[in-house]
Amino acid sequence: MELMTAPSIAEQPTPKAKSSSGCLRPHIEVENLNLHIQNNHILKNINLAIPDKSITCIIGPSGCGKTTLLRTFNRLHDGSVDVKITGKLFVDCEDIYDKDAEVTHIRKKMGLLAQRPCSLPMSIIDNVVYGPRIHGVRGRRKLYAIARHQLNAVGLWEEVKDRLKSPASKLSIGQQQRLCLARGLAVEPEIILGDEATSALDPISSKTIEELFLSIKDKYTIVLVTHTLRQAKRIADYVAFMYMGELIEFGTADQVFNHPKHKLTKEYISGGFS
Amino acid sequence: MKKLEEKIFKFLMIGSTVLILSVLLYILYVIMKKGLPSLSWDMISKIPSGGFYLGKEGGILNAIMGSLYLIFFSVIISLMVSVPVVMYLNFTLRRKSRLAAFARLTFDVLFGIPSIVYGAFGFTLMIYFGVQASLLGGIIAISLLIIPVMIRSIDEVAILIPNDLVEATKSLGATNYETIKVITRQLLPGISTAVLLSIGRGIGDAATVLFTAGYTDSIPTSLSQPTASLPLAIFFQLSSPVEEVQNRAYAAALVLTIIILTLSFAARYFSRRLSKNKI
Repeated sequence: MELMTAPSIAEQPTPKAKSSSGCLRPHIEVENLNLHIQNNHILKNINLAIPDKSITCIIGPSGCGKTTLLRTFNRLHDGSVDVKITGKLFVDCEDIYDKDAEVTHIRKKMGLLAQRPCSLPMSIIDNVVYGPRIHGVRGRRKLYAIARHQLNAVGLWEEVKDRLKSPASKLSIGQQQRLCLARGLAVEPEIILGDEATSALDPISSKTIEELFLSIKDKYTIVLVTHTLRQAKRIADYVAFMYMGELIEFGTADQVFNHPKHKLTKEYISGGFS
Repeated sequence: MKKLEEKIFKFLMIGSTVLILSVLLYILYVIMKKGLPSLSWDMISKIPSGGFYLGKEGGILNAIMGSLYLIFFSVIISLMVSVPVVMYLNFTLRRKSRLAAFARLTFDVLFGIPSIVYGAFGFTLMIYFGVQASLLGGIIAISLLIIPVMIRSIDEVAILIPNDLVEATKSLGATNYETIKVITRQLLPGISTAVLLSIGRGIGDAATVLFTAGYTDSIPTSLSQPTASLPLAIFFQLSSPVEEVQNRAYAAALVLTIIILTLSFAARYFSRRLSKNKI
């Protein structure tokens, strides 16, 4: 598959595009972010601006901090006591690490797709409407409509419409990953975070997920951590390359893949190390 | 040589399985043989009357109801303690936390303490608070006995819960409380096994209730009244010189066995139904 051409919305690596809420910052903006786990400096002074309504892929060798960075976006480090985070992280102009920021409200804005799909211990339909339910949506018909809509959006409706009440764990792993995406979409997020969301899937299922990302990127800001360079080449609009906890290079896919500025990036992309 | 080794081990494995099974079957056989003739409707529907312990009219309904009351309330109290403890150990503390390791060691030690010690401990507590032998005392002593059983067996299942499940619910904007509800769903089969084990240990134990619950011929109507229990009913009747009464002890043992078996099958059944949605 050939490289994707650079997106037309901006040629600048960090466009100050207006995001949906009328705030003048990029959708996600990371400012001087540092993260320590015990005494290890995991993320080193990250500055990054992720534009909305596009796919941004974070690439880099194992252990470079990609996943750690992604998890800072929806504060999944909150539960771990030895993680210390400094710096600012703005989502829709709101500093999510501000002490007044409400964590459930921030997480509601983002859907997370984990490496392995993790369906909740309930039926298929209950999985999809779990989010809306905990956020106060009531009424059987309303919930059914949401489930139908979101399952349609991920192309799962036809496959499961006759067994909505059966356990979600009975689905294949590829179907479960789409179910998890539907579940994430059901809380009406603005951002979708994917942590190697296709790495546990077979090639066909992972292609389906990739196509899904492409088809919904005009509505959501999608940030993906990926191990496979080819996947990043296929779907990314913007690429961030990380190495040893530092953000080495960020730019449009065309720029990073075809004209990398940094020597490390060039080496990594040409397969010099992984 | 290898072949011989294999044969010996196969023989040992089959032999020990058969040995255990035959002991179990022999126990059941003895209880049935001696107990069944004395088991009558009167036995399970009446409380002891005047000369019951000399072989006259009456039954052991007081002990049956006493045991059921004791175990029912103890299980409820233990669940209310154990589930939060397990949640704290697994989902609030870090996996490798020292406090969690220490707590688990403590529960293992408590698990191994003989029941008579819990009985004695309950008894000193009761003296301290000025409570007489009563249903309440028995419930507290049995709860102490089964809480470690319950915590450890729920914990075994909770350890296996993937962190992904916690993160999946949290990333949908769930609060801690809502996350715990989802985890509890996943834990339900484990909880039902824990309840089953606790019932098995609690309902058949004589030593804990000996000092704490006392013994009486009537069915208790309040927490402060003493209560009879099946293990003690067996104990007292078996120590009687009258043969008729001794056989009644076996009938009581049969009743106890039937109660445990029924509860086991019920727990299995519900466990299977509850695990339908387990991931």
